[in-house]
Amino acid sequence: MSTTVMPNSWNINTKPHKFCPGCGHGHVLRALGEAIDDIDIQDRTVFGCDIGCSLLAWDFFNIDSIQTHHGRTTPVMVGIVRANPSLIGIAYMGDGGGYAIGAQHLVNSANRNDKILVVLVNNTNYGMTGGQMAPTTLPGQVTETTPYGRDALETGAPTQGPELVAAITGENAYVARGTVSNLRQLKKYFKKALENVQEGNGFSFVEVLATCPTNWRTNAKDTWKFLEENMASYFKVGEYKVPPTKREG
Amino acid sequence: MNKSVKIAIAGEGGQGVQSIADIIAEAGNEEGLEALYIPNFGIEQRGGVSVAYVQIAEKLIGSPKFEKGDVVVALSKRAVDRIIPYVGSNTIFVYDNSLIYIPEVSDEVVGLQSYETVAPEAQTNGFSLKEGEHNHYLIPHYADKVIGVPATDIAKKELHPRVFNIVILGAVIEAAGILSQESVKNAMENNLGSKFEKNPQLRQLNIDALQKGIQKIKEALVRS
Amino acid sequence: MEKPIQEEKRVFMTGNEVVAWGALAAQADIMYGYPITPQNEIMHYWTRLAPKYGKSFLQTEDELSAGFATIGGVLAGKRSFSATAGPGNTLFQEPISMAEMMRIPMVVAIQQRGGPSTATVIYSQQEVNMTTYGGNGEGLRIVYSTATHQELFDYTIKAFNNAWKYRFPAFILGDGYQAKMREPLIMYNPEEKGIEMVKPDVSLGKEGVPGKDRDPVYLRNAYSMEEELFEVLMPMIEEYNKVSPEIEEHFSLGCEDADLIIVSHGIVSRAAMAAEEELRKEGIKVGLFRPITLRPFPEGAIREICKSTPNILIVESANGQLARLVKEALFGLPINMQAIFKPGVGITSEEIIKFIKSKKTEEIIAK
Repeated sequence: MSTTVMPNSWNINTKPHKFCPGCGHGHVLRALGEAIDDIDIQDRTVFGCDIGCSLLAWDFFNIDSIQTHHGRTTPVMVGIVRANPSLIGIAYMGDGGGYAIGAQHLVNSANRNDKILVVLVNNTNYGMTGGQMAPTTLPGQVTETTPYGRDALETGAPTQGPELVAAITGENAYVARGTVSNLRQLKKYFKKALENVQEGNGFSFVEVLATCPTNWRTNAKDTWKFLEENMASYFKVGEYKVPPTKREG
Repeated sequence: MNKSVKIAIAGEGGQGVQSIADIIAEAGNEEGLEALYIPNFGIEQRGGVSVAYVQIAEKLIGSPKFEKGDVVVALSKRAVDRIIPYVGSNTIFVYDNSLIYIPEVSDEVVGLQSYETVAPEAQTNGFSLKEGEHNHYLIPHYADKVIGVPATDIAKKELHPRVFNIVILGAVIEAAGILSQESVKNAMENNLGSKFEKNPQLRQLNIDALQKGIQKIKEALVRS
Repeated sequence: MEKPIQEEKRVFMTGNEVVAWGALAAQADIMYGYPITPQNEIMHYWTRLAPKYGKSFLQTEDELSAGFATIGGVLAGKRSFSATAGPGNTLFQEPISMAEMMRIPMVVAIQQRGGPSTATVIYSQQEVNMTTYGGNGEGLRIVYSTATHQELFDYTIKAFNNAWKYRFPAFILGDGYQAKMREPLIMYNPEEKGIEMVKPDVSLGKEGVPGKDRDPVYLRNAYSMEEELFEVLMPMIEEYNKVSPEIEEHFSLGCEDADLIIVSHGIVSRAAMAAEEELRKEGIKVGLFRPITLRPFPEGAIREICKSTPNILIVESANGQLARLVKEALFGLPINMQAIFKPGVGITSEEIIKFIKSKKTEEIIAK
C-alpha cells in the first residue's frame, strides 16, 4: 500500500487534512478510502461523521457527506438507507459518540441488523473537547477528568465495543477491531464490512484503535508504544463476527 | 334555534360505555350533524371508571369537554361519584337502578334510610347536598329529571345480558331527543355489523334492547 | 398498489387517524416513530396503511433516533415524518435543532400532553415554547396549531408542502384531545383540489460520481469561527423573516367592533368561539383572535386589531406560553391584558363566559 498516492475517493482539494499531527484519523480514513476504491462504490456511498474529532472529516471524501453529533450519525444513516436502500451508508464516529452518548443507537442498529457500516475510532479519550475520560479510557490512564488515573472501580472498565456488538448481532453481521498500526489488515476489514453492506447482507461494525498524541501528551515513540502495548493488550485486534458468506476457506 | 346536546356517560370498564358513545356520535355524523366524541383516556383506561363525552350540534362544536351535560348517565356506584360534577339543573340524569340503589326521595333524612349501605361518615357528609357537592351514594336531586332504567335486569330477564348497554343507548337517544332511530340503527350496523353477520339473532336482540331503552325514558318523561 | 384518497369523502375518525391519512394524502413516503401517548395511533394507522400504498415505517429506539432518522429520510429525498408528544418532544429538540441549522424539511406531528416531564398522557398546550423555540437555535420553524380534524388534515398536507418549499422544519401542533376525539371531516386528494404538491429533492446520493461527474455534497453542521457561523445564520434568519408573511395564518371573529379580544389557539379557540357567540347574544362585544401559525407568529395581524381594541383576554391550557408570544408581538402598544391560564387542563366556553362576567367593565375594558 502506497502512502504517497491518495485514494480516488479522497477529495484532494481539502488536503492536507485538518487533524492534529500524529492523529490516527488520517490513517483510518486512508484505509477506508482505499477500501471504497477497491470495491468501487464511491458513487453509491453516503458518509456521515459525528461530533468531536470525527467531524473534521466532513469534507474529506469525494463522497456526499453530512455531519451530525452525539452518535446520531447512526440513525441518520439508518434513515437514509431505509428511505433509499440502494445507498451505502457509513457512520463515522468516536468512542464517546458510539459508546456513551449515542450508545443506544449503536446497540439498536446492530440489533436491527441495519444495512450500514459503523466505523468507530477508539483513541481512549474525548479529543475535541480537550482530553476527558472516554468509555474506552484504560485503567489508570490520566485524562482531564481522571487526573489521578482512571479508577475502574469508580468509573467502570473500558468498553469492549466489538465484543458487545458481536454479542447482540445476528449471524449476518460483520464485526471487527482493527488498528492504525496495521493498515493492510484494517483495509481488509473495511472491504469485508462494506461488501457485507453492499450485498444487503447485514450490519457491519469496525472499531479502530487510533492514536491521539495531542491529548496523550506523548512523543512519537511513546504514542506508538501506548497504541501497540497498552491499548492492544486490553483491546484485542481481530474479527469478532464474520458472516457465513465472508468466511475464508 | 340551534339543536345541540351534550352527553356524559360513565360506567365500569367493560360495561360498553365507549361503544355506546361511539354509536351515538356516529349516528350524529350519519345525520350530517357535527359530532364530537372523546373518551376519557387517562389512567382509568385500564380498569376503573370509564367516561365518555359526546356532543352533537348543528354547527362546529366548542371544547370537547363541557361543564354540565344535557344527558348524564351513570352505570355503577363509582360512576355516579365520578359523573356528578356534570349534572346541572337542566340535566336529565339516567342511571341503571338495577345496579345502583339511589333513594327516590330527596328528603335528606328519610332518603338516607333507603341506602344500601351507609357508612357513618357518608351520613354526616350527606345531610345537606347542594349543587357542586357530591357524595358516594347521593342522588343529584337538583337535576332536571332523574330517571332510573333497570337496564341490567331488562337485559338479563327479557333479552340477553350482553345487550345491557344497548338498553342504555336507547335511553340516552330518547333523553337526548336529537337523533332519529334510523341513524342510530345505521350506526349500530356500522359498529356491530360484523357480529350481526356471525349471529343474525343478535341484530334483532339489539334492536329490541334499543326499543326497551327508548320506551323506559318515554314512560318516565310522560310520568313526570 | 392502491391509490390513496381519490374523491372527496366525509369521514368520522380520531385525530390520530386523520394525521396518518393526511400524511398519506400529502404523499409522505416514510415514517420513523417511537411510542408515546397520546400520539401512538398515528403510528398504528400508518403501519396499517403503509404496505397498501408502498410506504415505509421504522420503529426506532427512541425519539432522538426517530428525529435523526427522519432527517436521514429527508436527505435521501423522501417526504419523511414522525410524531411525538411531551417528553418525546423534549428529545426531539435535538434533531429539530439540526434540521433548523441545515434547512432540512422534516415534518413532525405533536400531540401535546401534560407537562413538565411525564405528567399526564391526556392533554395540554404546554409544548408551545418547545415547539416554537426549543433547542439551541433561533426558532426557524413553521408551527401550525390546529383546532379541528379538518385542520389536522389540511395542515398536515400544508406542513409537508411548506417544509419542502421553504426548507424549514414544520410541525402540526395538536393535543391529546384532538388526538383521541372523533369528529367529522372531509378528506380529499390535494392534487384533485388544485393544491400543487411540492416535490422533494435528493440531498445525499445524487446521480453521478462525486468529484468526477459533479462536486460532492457536503452538508456542514459545525463551524470553526464565530464569523463563519454568523455568515451562515444571518441570511437564514433574513430569509425566514422575509417569507414569514407568506406563511403566517390567523383566524379572527368579531374583532371590528369588539371591546375585548379573546386570544387563544388550537382547541381552546373553539371554546373561545362558543363563548364569543354566547356573549354577543347578551350584547357583550367580544372578538376572537386565533393565531394558526405560532411560528412565524401573525404579528402584523394581531397588532392591527389591538391598535383599535387594546383589551385582550388570553386563554390557554398552559401557564402563559401563548401569552409570551402575544406579548412579544404586541410590544410597544398600550395593552390591557387579562388571562385564563390552566396548565394541562381543558377549558370550556362556560369558564370563559364566567370569567368575563365576573369582571367589572373597567377591569377588562380600559378606555
